[in-house]
Amino acid sequence: MTINTDAIIVGGGIHGCSTALHLCLAGLKPVLIEKDYAGRHASGVNAGGVRQLARDVAEIPLSIRSMGIWESIAALVDDDCGFESHGQVLVAENAAELAACRERVADLNARGFSHEELIDSAELRRLVPAVAESCPGGIVSRRDGAAQPARTTTAFRRKAEQLGAIIREGVTASNIRKEDRLWRVDVGDDTYAAPILVNAAGAWGGRIAAGLGEPVPVTTVAPMLMITSPVPHFIDPVVILRGRKLSFKQFKNGTVLIGGGHLAAPDQDRNETVLDWRSLAISARTVFELFPVMRSATIMRAWAGIEARMQDDIPVFGPSAVHEGLFHQFGFSLHGFQLGPGAGAVMAELIVHGGTQTRIGELSIERFRNASPSATA
Amino acid sequence: MSAAPKHEQYDVVVIGAGPAGLAATTATARAGLSTLLLDENAGPGGQVWRAIGATPVKNEALLGADYWSGAEIARAARDSGAEIIHRATVWSLDRNLELGVSVGGGSAFIKAKRVIIATGAQERPFPIPGWTLPGVMTAGAAQTMLKSSGLVPDGPTVLAGQGPLLWLLAAQILRLGGRIDRVLDTTPRANYLAALPHAFAFMTSLYFVKGLAMMREVRAKVKVTTGVTELAAAGTDRLESVSYVTAGGRRERLPVELLLLHHGVVPNVNLAMAAGVEHRWNELQLCWTPVLDADGNSSIPGITIAGDGAGIGGAQAALWRGRIAAERAIKALRPTAKVSDLSPQLKRAERGRTFLDVLFRPAKQFRIPDGDTIVCRCEEITAKDVLDSVAIGATGPNQLKAYRRTGMGPCQGRLCGLTVTELMAEARGKSPQEIGYYRLRAPVKPIMLSELASLPKSDEATKAVVRG
Repeated sequence: MTINTDAIIVGGGIHGCSTALHLCLAGLKPVLIEKDYAGRHASGVNAGGVRQLARDVAEIPLSIRSMGIWESIAALVDDDCGFESHGQVLVAENAAELAACRERVADLNARGFSHEELIDSAELRRLVPAVAESCPGGIVSRRDGAAQPARTTTAFRRKAEQLGAIIREGVTASNIRKEDRLWRVDVGDDTYAAPILVNAAGAWGGRIAAGLGEPVPVTTVAPMLMITSPVPHFIDPVVILRGRKLSFKQFKNGTVLIGGGHLAAPDQDRNETVLDWRSLAISARTVFELFPVMRSATIMRAWAGIEARMQDDIPVFGPSAVHEGLFHQFGFSLHGFQLGPGAGAVMAELIVHGGTQTRIGELSIERFRNASPSATA
Repeated sequence: MSAAPKHEQYDVVVIGAGPAGLAATTATARAGLSTLLLDENAGPGGQVWRAIGATPVKNEALLGADYWSGAEIARAARDSGAEIIHRATVWSLDRNLELGVSVGGGSAFIKAKRVIIATGAQERPFPIPGWTLPGVMTAGAAQTMLKSSGLVPDGPTVLAGQGPLLWLLAAQILRLGGRIDRVLDTTPRANYLAALPHAFAFMTSLYFVKGLAMMREVRAKVKVTTGVTELAAAGTDRLESVSYVTAGGRRERLPVELLLLHHGVVPNVNLAMAAGVEHRWNELQLCWTPVLDADGNSSIPGITIAGDGAGIGGAQAALWRGRIAAERAIKALRPTAKVSDLSPQLKRAERGRTFLDVLFRPAKQFRIPDGDTIVCRCEEITAKDVLDSVAIGATGPNQLKAYRRTGMGPCQGRLCGLTVTELMAEARGKSPQEIGYYRLRAPVKPIMLSELASLPKSDEATKAVVRG
């Protein structure tokens, strides 16, 4: 049976769900197709960082747009998503790293961005009392924070469905094609047809783009995270190290989430990852060195979510460079969670109005048009 | 005994020193394969032969001949030439057959050519009202205290539930002079009829005579109430009473200080599932069992599973499954080695099992709670909480984590997983197989941050690292 809708969204991560929700708000009726369930991969199992800090300049406007939505997220999805704003702090461990921080903040200020603020050792100690005394300062983004990723993605999915989106979970979108000016996607025995197709398929987005004649240099990665038993409250902001692969945050219940980008081996076709404990041991060692309070903690769980990483570490976002009615929204390269709410809003504007006030031009798939892909997942 | 493994690579790594693990270890080591046996207890035996070399209970009649038969099996493993490490926690196993293990405060990574998982069984969750009150404990925990320390209850005590281990524990407690005021048997009446077709196999099995004698022994000393339903524990700060409805429909209440609960054991699946081994819902035993071939090979090449972790079969079956898994490993690594077919022995050991499975299939009311009864002890989530989450869109155990954090606490789903699966399956009108189970992750048992880092322990050394 062929079912006509206003838009077909492939991928039920935070991005697909957010775009579905915003299309509904604009009066459209989209269908969202998710091969597992909403938030099964990176969107449900990431570190939950809601971070404008330390982003590539090209995605800062989208990040700022998103931040505005995060600050009143409950009004949008009827759930506060566990969002808490205690800032995010980038820690410089030595003078050279602090100099790089100073340069970064000056550059951002020159471009008109003021969300990152250079801090000295006294302010660093005030924000993160537990940090080792040798650290000379860093950068803070005070409006940043963290949310609960699975809860957030689920809330977007639920609200989109309430507003009229069709959510198809546990079924694969196949045979994606354009016929008679409409995009058509097979889902089991059904075919959905719509003038608009949004590729929000995360780690699977590169395959879809390539299948439609737009190959991009993307790899599949699985950043690892681990969480500890509760320890006494010692930290409010999310902390990132400037020079080492480490980020962490403490939750209200005392547990501490340790991440930072060490990678597991993804097995995309099995929906599985094999953790690299030797790399996690490096993270454990760094935490042990910098935060004595953590030494008695135990590791409760470790995991990794599968996602797409672009060669240039910024997402593919915006209209296709080849097809009318096709839009890409994938490749968020380990930092897509915070962007989700804003990206959905901007994507809806692109689809409904054909344009947006938010500057996203540098994220276009156009940038890969003449590049030969080095790796396609 | 708790030194780190001597090597980084072994032909065979066996996990768990119960009947299956001990038998497998003995066989592979005797065949000349480098064999490492890792076990988290202080000594060999697993649960069935716990503290076999160290129990203060010296009178052999008290624990029974089956218990003492473990001593010979443990001795054979010790003398086999295998490297055996106790107090070793295997916290990770992956499909590349790499293991993470904690021993003596440090961690080591080991690579194996074959892994035999023999992690045995755990008690089935028994979620009745009040089961989290102090004073309520599992029969297994009581048996551990009995075997390891010779401790038995001396205050008002009730045993409730069903299954062979309930009667065994009752007999052992009584023989050691412990106190039991009442046994509340929850075996559903209908099960007797359902089990009848399998009775002949059972009557000619190893279990029959022993089981009957044990039940008679208990009944001679303690009042037994059968056909019990609507079991509930009550008390303000701790257990004060147990209430239930008799087969005749009368509600009764017993004042009590200790309630021991048991309604069977289920495979301990955490390590195998975390490694990625495929499991399926077993409708007869009402639990997840790994998908295995006749030799115990799992869906992951090189990983075999033996003993109760492969599906509940009891200690005798575990011995044979351990030996079969070992033969499979020997054949894989020494293709010219001669191995024998042990399946007839396994078949004999498994005789009568179906009767027990059918007879002691726990009633739905004791597996699928309702209302305010706690399902997840770690996060204090009730049955109603789970159903409320289903109503707003939680479709399975993994989605439920986002709503209620179930399965994310220290027990890693061991105490709530089966309940959550069956509860959600019933609420959604699906089979447990369709609903699925928690995606389990390493570390399978919590490990110290310091262990993982294998860092210097002294403050002096730590300061040197920070400043350097």
